Amino acid sequence: MSSRRDFMGMALGGFTALGGIGALMAMKKTWDPLPSVKAAGFTTIDLKDAQENVLVTEKWRGKPIFVLKQSKEMVEKAKKSDELKRLINIGDEYYMVAVGLCTHLGCIPGYDSSKQGFLCACHGGQYDGTAMVTKAPPPRGLDIPPFKIDGTKLVLGEEGPEYKKMLADGTTMKV
Amino acid sequence: MAHFEKAKSLNEWLDQRIGINTLKKVMQSEYWIPKNINFLWAMGMVLAATFGILLVSGIFLLMYYNPSTDLAFDSVNYTIMTEVGYGWLWRHIHGVGASLVFLIIYIHMFTGIYYGSYKKGRELIWISGMLLFVLFSAEAFSGYMLPWGQMSYWAGMVITNLFSGGSLHADGLVEWIRGDYVPAQAFLSRFFMLHVLLMPLAIIGAIVFHFGTLRLPHVNNQDGKEIDFEESARLWKEGTTESRRKSEVIPFSPVFLSKDVFVMGVYFILFFYLVFYHFEFAMDPVNFDPANGLKTPTHIYPEWYFLWSYEILRPFPTDPGLVAFAIAQVIFFTLPFLDMSPNVAPANKRGAFHIWFWLMLIDMLVLTFMGKLPPEGIWSTIGLVAAITFFVLWISLPIITKLEKKL
Repeated sequence: MSSRRDFMGMALGGFTALGGIGALMAMKKTWDPLPSVKAAGFTTIDLKDAQENVLVTEKWRGKPIFVLKQSKEMVEKAKKSDELKRLINIGDEYYMVAVGLCTHLGCIPGYDSSKQGFLCACHGGQYDGTAMVTKAPPPRGLDIPPFKIDGTKLVLGEEGPEYKKMLADGTTMKV
Repeated sequence: MAHFEKAKSLNEWLDQRIGINTLKKVMQSEYWIPKNINFLWAMGMVLAATFGILLVSGIFLLMYYNPSTDLAFDSVNYTIMTEVGYGWLWRHIHGVGASLVFLIIYIHMFTGIYYGSYKKGRELIWISGMLLFVLFSAEAFSGYMLPWGQMSYWAGMVITNLFSGGSLHADGLVEWIRGDYVPAQAFLSRFFMLHVLLMPLAIIGAIVFHFGTLRLPHVNNQDGKEIDFEESARLWKEGTTESRRKSEVIPFSPVFLSKDVFVMGVYFILFFYLVFYHFEFAMDPVNFDPANGLKTPTHIYPEWYFLWSYEILRPFPTDPGLVAFAIAQVIFFTLPFLDMSPNVAPANKRGAFHIWFWLMLIDMLVLTFMGKLPPEGIWSTIGLVAAITFFVLWISLPIITKLEKKL
């Protein structure tokens, strides 16, 4: 008699658990970003008109993208500190392109062109002209978005060979 | 079918059907509160009343608020504030109430810590109270998103980024929480749902649980004295002036409640003074700029009640900062178990614990002030020292309470 009750209890419990897990999965999926949100993930920017040491802010996936054309002096500085690898080289010019969100907690750092560096007002983090971190708390330089070079244009969201190389040697991480 | 006599009064009619007299006894007339208490014992009912006011003002705000990223800002700052009759009143009550509810929560918590009201059978009162603190924090944060101003947006950005876990880079989790790469429509809608439905439901449930945990161990008293509730209840129920004088307890309702109502009266004078004359303290001016994902405000800081834990996050590098922050959020839950002393007594009778209590209170005030100041120069240093002190105090708690003399 008791074994029959046990069986019914376990059967009921088992099917309830199964339904519960199914419901949880549905709830998880409901909270996922919508396909339309994920699909709108590509932006093309033109670097032709960028001016040296003037910060331009573009937008990609709702996030600000910093574009900073490097002056000769800035390129020299980057060579010395071994940060040339962070820059995108097109012809003779070097560009810093990065997601403009502090790698600490995602505030937007401000650019000071006289100091050629970024300061994040939230928690005092600092970055140099190649967006490499120079003062904590940020754990690393600004992340570089996936890009593909197309003449003087960059397609953000697509992974070109130059970007894959940056990923491979640890210059940036996946955003 | 059960047997029912014809009732002679409405009360009897209800008593036959839902046992209303038993309910009244259990919840009111025979729920005993010690006489030896002071105004700090009224904070629980002050909190309940404030929650009630938040609920009512929230219902009226909900009638005109529009949870869309295009319309939210105007529905609050234009429609509710200028068009809706007395819309400003509900908004200012809601804003001031949200701020004051935390002030009273902190007073309520530190009262409990001072008098040792979390020990020997009262552990669940403390734990359910801390659960309420966490739920109120989530309720406050989700509500802060709704006006969709600059502080809403950037607080949403920064706080959801905490869930990436620093070097763990759980960006997928952050995007899952937001429903987008950045806080956008999906984010606003779901936080609206959390604020007006899920969190309030959870809070109401937790309040019922919190009251339930009180019923058997009863509230503490000013001396931490163990009271013979049965004997004192018998003396009270005997009903003579002499026996009631000898009894150490009073019934919750109407006697204790009438004391509570007096304290509430004083509290609501302050409350409505702030609502009518100084509501701006609960309204950050930066949040009167509409949300802009391409511009961070110069200083991002939370409302005053989160500043202490924010300042524990700030002075450290990302990973240790996150760990410190996470510990700070839950460490108060462990108080009944880290306090190893068997004494249930006010802090001033407990030697080293007395010093610990005041150091903790002062340290949290220092953290609060430093959290508001920009993270530069001397302020950074003071913040770091205060954050380290916070952990040193918690580590020292089991040691000093273990060494405490038994009273």
